[in-house]
Amino acid sequence: MHRVKVTVVEEALDANNTIAAANRADFDRHRVRVINLMGAPGAGKTTLLERVLGRLEGVRVGVLEGDVQGSLDADRLASLHVPVTQLNTDPSFGGECHLDANMVRSAIGALPLSEIDLLVVENVGNLVCPAEFRIGEDVRAMVCSVTEGEDKPLKYPLMFRACDLVIINKVDLLPYVDVDLERLCAHIDQVHPGVEMIVASGSSGEGLDRWRHWLMAAARPPAQVSLR
Amino acid sequence: MHELALSGAIVNTAVKHARGRPVSAIHLRVGVLRQVVPDTLAFYFAFVARGTLCEGATLDQERIGARLGCRGCAATWGIEIPAFRCPHCGGSEVEILTGQEFEVESIEVEEETACIA
Ligand SMILES: [Zn+2]
Repeated sequence: MHRVKVTVVEEALDANNTIAAANRADFDRHRVRVINLMGAPGAGKTTLLERVLGRLEGVRVGVLEGDVQGSLDADRLASLHVPVTQLNTDPSFGGECHLDANMVRSAIGALPLSEIDLLVVENVGNLVCPAEFRIGEDVRAMVCSVTEGEDKPLKYPLMFRACDLVIINKVDLLPYVDVDLERLCAHIDQVHPGVEMIVASGSSGEGLDRWRHWLMAAARPPAQVSLR
Repeated sequence: MHELALSGAIVNTAVKHARGRPVSAIHLRVGVLRQVVPDTLAFYFAFVARGTLCEGATLDQERIGARLGCRGCAATWGIEIPAFRCPHCGGSEVEILTGQEFEVESIEVEEETACIA
């Protein structure tokens, strides 16, 4: 036996990215735009969807529910008469911390792609892993609640950098937590300069109209292919 | 905790390139911006590698520092903390030059000594 060195030079996540591209091609073929919605557990992803999905004028929306809390979130959303598909993440060791392209691929057959314009994928509540794994989405949004503290962006720059939109949620709780909203926003801007932010509250309704319009805009195909 | 999923990706990449030969070492280039904890990665790697061609392989992790470049004023700089605005012009059009790698650079495999006539 002898040792041989083999030059590889390959991003270890290339395999995932290849499958993500295949997902994207399937979504494109059905003219479905896809949002990857991420955030820590309890940040309020489901509530923010619940509050606006029934009112997306002219947009047929579907949800792919990947969160680990089982069908609870899916039930809440289904009551809005929006098609919800539950993605059962592998319950084995470590299989639950994020969605990857392959898991989404396995669910594509179950999605009503010809009946929707927009698919919101609610990713597993986690601030690290989902940032690494593309799933074939067009845009990425994250929900960050003020209760998580103003240093969150500095601790999880990968996630904050991966997003096209940051929703700062639960601002109705600002009087009760030791968090300065301006400083939180400054930290987000430091980590991801210029990223779009929406200050919101699922309870008080603040910011929900902007969130609703952001989703409606995300459902429109990019300008250069608007002739199709 | 993403180290577990990343370990699976490393093993898959190495196995693909090993073409059936046992892997004795993997050289990995890891940018600091990937937020990988080296010991945690080594731990999960050993776990995930069990029963594969990578079982028992050493995982050599080369850490790559973060360098940024400004598209506006062409300045380049290194960062220790996550601050991505250009310190020279304040611009936000900043590009990550290094620090985002998560790359299997090479592997070492065991080969039967070939009988070359
Ligand atoms: Zn500059």
